[in-house]
Amino acid sequence: MTLHLPAIAILLPLLSAPICVAVRHALVTRLLTVAVGWGSLAVSGELLRQALSGAPIHYELGGFAPPLGIEYVIDTTTGYVLVIVSTIAAVVFSFGATTRGAALPAGREHLYYGAMLLCLAGLLGMTITGDAFNVFVFLEISSLSSYALIGLGQDRRAPVAAFSYLIMGTIGGTFFLLGIGFLYQATGTLNMADMAERLASLHRSRTVHVAFGFLTVGLSLKLAVFPLHQWLPNAYARAPAVISAFLSATATKVMYYVLVRMIFTIFGATFVFGKMGMDMALVPLSLGAMFVGSLAAIFQTDLKRLLAYSSVAQIGYMTLGLSFNSVNGLTGGLAHLFNHALMKGGLFLAVACLVYRVGSSRLDDLAGLGKCMPITSAAFVTGGLALIGVPATVGFISKWYLVLAALETGQYLFAGLILLSSLLAVAYVLRVVEVLYFKAPKSPDVREAPVSLLLPTWILIGATVVFGLRTELTAGLARSAAMQLLGAGS
Amino acid sequence: MTSETLILLSLLAPTVGALLVSLTGSAPNLRESISTLATLVTFGAVAPLTPRVLAGQRPRLDVMEVLPGVDLAFEVEPLGMLYALVASGLWIITSLYAIGYMRGHNEQNQTRFFVCFALAISAALGIAFSANLFTLFLFYEVLTFSTFPLVTHHGTEKAKQAGRIYLGILVTTSVCFLLLAVVWTFQLTGSLEFRPGGILAGKASGSTLTALMVLYAFGAGKAALMPFHRWLPNAMVAPTPVSALLHAVAVVKAGVFTILKVIVYVFGIETIAAGGHSDWLMWVASGTLLLASLVAITQDNLKARLAYSTISQLSYIVLGGALATAEGVLGGGMHIVMHAVGKITLFFCAGAIYVAAHKTEISTMNGLARRMPFTMTAFTIGSLSIIGLPPFGGTWGKWYLGLGAARGDNHLFIFVLMLSSLLSIGYLMPVVLRAFFRPPDPESNSHHGEHADEDSGSQHASHKGGRHEGIQEAPLLCVGPLCAAAVGCLVLFFTSDQILQLLLPITTGAR
Repeated sequence: MTLHLPAIAILLPLLSAPICVAVRHALVTRLLTVAVGWGSLAVSGELLRQALSGAPIHYELGGFAPPLGIEYVIDTTTGYVLVIVSTIAAVVFSFGATTRGAALPAGREHLYYGAMLLCLAGLLGMTITGDAFNVFVFLEISSLSSYALIGLGQDRRAPVAAFSYLIMGTIGGTFFLLGIGFLYQATGTLNMADMAERLASLHRSRTVHVAFGFLTVGLSLKLAVFPLHQWLPNAYARAPAVISAFLSATATKVMYYVLVRMIFTIFGATFVFGKMGMDMALVPLSLGAMFVGSLAAIFQTDLKRLLAYSSVAQIGYMTLGLSFNSVNGLTGGLAHLFNHALMKGGLFLAVACLVYRVGSSRLDDLAGLGKCMPITSAAFVTGGLALIGVPATVGFISKWYLVLAALETGQYLFAGLILLSSLLAVAYVLRVVEVLYFKAPKSPDVREAPVSLLLPTWILIGATVVFGLRTELTAGLARSAAMQLLGAGS
Repeated sequence: MTSETLILLSLLAPTVGALLVSLTGSAPNLRESISTLATLVTFGAVAPLTPRVLAGQRPRLDVMEVLPGVDLAFEVEPLGMLYALVASGLWIITSLYAIGYMRGHNEQNQTRFFVCFALAISAALGIAFSANLFTLFLFYEVLTFSTFPLVTHHGTEKAKQAGRIYLGILVTTSVCFLLLAVVWTFQLTGSLEFRPGGILAGKASGSTLTALMVLYAFGAGKAALMPFHRWLPNAMVAPTPVSALLHAVAVVKAGVFTILKVIVYVFGIETIAAGGHSDWLMWVASGTLLLASLVAITQDNLKARLAYSTISQLSYIVLGGALATAEGVLGGGMHIVMHAVGKITLFFCAGAIYVAAHKTEISTMNGLARRMPFTMTAFTIGSLSIIGLPPFGGTWGKWYLGLGAARGDNHLFIFVLMLSSLLSIGYLMPVVLRAFFRPPDPESNSHHGEHADEDSGSQHASHKGGRHEGIQEAPLLCVGPLCAAAVGCLVLFFTSDQILQLLLPITTGAR
């Protein structure tokens, strides 16, 4: 049983999805989804434990040995990301499983749960697989289901947002596939480890350079690296808030993971930074994301859009961490992966609570809710403080490593810019706080959200504080993952 | 009780108090009893630590390791002990005063007020007892965010605007400068601990140290060094008890305390004196203390004038640190106490005048002493202490600061101190003279009389002061605390030796 855990991790959500659609019974599908969410967490936790206790796990799917068969590889980084994704899945599924949280038209719930589970399967698959083409397959599984999830939103403009996301996502996916194709041509293998081995002598091959270009651009599109982020605010703003919580906390994170894998495992840091000068492109783009995303967030009138633009900025922090090409920088990036997942997931769930009572996420409609919904509002404020990076929240930990990385590489300007951009977060969080607390309520008889919604929200928000003080699990793991990645890559 | 328990109790008592206050919001009497009880328990926990610190102990409490080399830990050393005593001691009388003020004034959202107030005190004690820069920075930020709702208490457009400036300046300076300095220090030394003699000595070049000094000095934006001082006058929109305890004592002293602590325990006085890393700071502090005094003279609003006076007095303390002599640091530490008690007296008086006579502008306070003799007497005592005249506490702060300047061969700064004392006479004494020696202004009184007539049916204590004959003092809970604070100014003159004994080790222990 434990031998086949890597396969179980993927099959569990993948097989539950059609069951959901076939059963159609609201309660059964709901319970099944929640069970799969927590089940995935248990499996991922066990995989991480195994990966930490010894050498990376290599699992040959179906018993076919690589390079012919598909291999699943779980090292510290993999286990770390698996746990993040399945934690968010477990909590968000629990939130959405109360029909109240989902805000879906009756009779279509089973489709929603099915798509959620498929998306989870795709995300976990991308993380766990050691086969480059297999990454593309899972990428498409998760992407297609996320288009459907966004299109499910009750907002009339949701299908349009889903469609434009589909166009951009497909372009990204195609670029990725083209990149894999070129790499296959150059190396004759799809297994990542083999690829890495053969690429070491192909640093001057133009085919490899082209492959690198396609892969980077394709992934950047899916990751919403500035200026390829246009699809993200629309998609997150139009989707139901629970879906935004799930996608913002997992989808972009896994894409970041794939980018990290590609840079440090497949191509190697020497090639990417030394030969191709990736940092020259990535650093300005990251800084651009941090400032443009945050500035745009300040001027939004819709809370979901505001958070979406903030995500664009936060992705900038993660890519900046990566481009330092140092242990502390990558630690900051990977730690922010977890940290941002917690806070953005929690914040979107808090928005979902507000939407559940008020029916809108426009700032004007949220006036004065601090009095009517104190627990939800407090959750939002706490999450907002984490976004700002106040000490004793997770945001501080990420910022600490990023600034440390900038200082130790002598880039004092970047250290200042990182801190300066985090101040922009103060502006947009303060704006929401003023709306929630200082404006007269529109209708004073709004009640607090039900406990079934508050509990998952506060699990994530509480975690932003707990992991802001207890960092062995986040920064500690991120650090050993970063050391593993850099040790292997250079 | 063990020292660890006392440290923990002093930090938890205000926090638990805040929690209980928030739960008992519907019963004001119970709420205020809990609030007062919390102040007593807190002081009761802080005070017993004093003899232990005097005896040379350094009680320590390690809570957890947040990142490798970055701990959440507390250690009580003399400077922090002093700051904690001041903050928790004055919290008791401020809490009583706040009850009188908030009720006399029928303020809204009183529960939120008392909750945030208690949290702010808890943060101030966290700063006082912090054993390293991380813990200090953590509670520094908590203090900023917990006082934000107090500044914006009234929820008006003006209050919101003030809140934006408050948060804007304090968070910008702390994140862009202070945090950068903290991370940089960690990167250079691998440690954030406060150690006698400093941790930076020999770890970085002279120019780096000076750059760090700049970051620390301006990063502690709560010290209100110019040009980052504008938040303090803006914060005066808050209810007066907030201005009194937080914006004359806890918050602003957190800023200068940070600077002193960094100078003594991160750089080390000797390192600074040898390298001259703080020479520029003497000039900035001198400039701030003179300019702020000049601005104070032009302010007609009493609280604004006091705010600028605070900015000026804070720079005395910064100057004391920047002189980098033993006497200078002693004077700075001493002045933290003396200014705290003097300034809180003045703010209490300003609040009492507002509650009893509804006056905020100095030009309308002619002859006020006839109606409010206790308040105005206390105001006079507070003023004399701030100016630095015997027999009031303020004398000693300035004495040691002057001595520090003389020892460091910085005689010019003795002159600066003198000049500023003269200026402080110029902005404080007119208030006293107007209140005692000018006849009540007939025009202002008739205006005020109309105002009172409109509200003649009202039962508020604050509206009793409509007629202008006889004594019309503020409620007892306002007048009592302000008299106590005034007595404190007098007592401190005679007890300065104990403070000196407490502080001496920070200058000698380094060697």
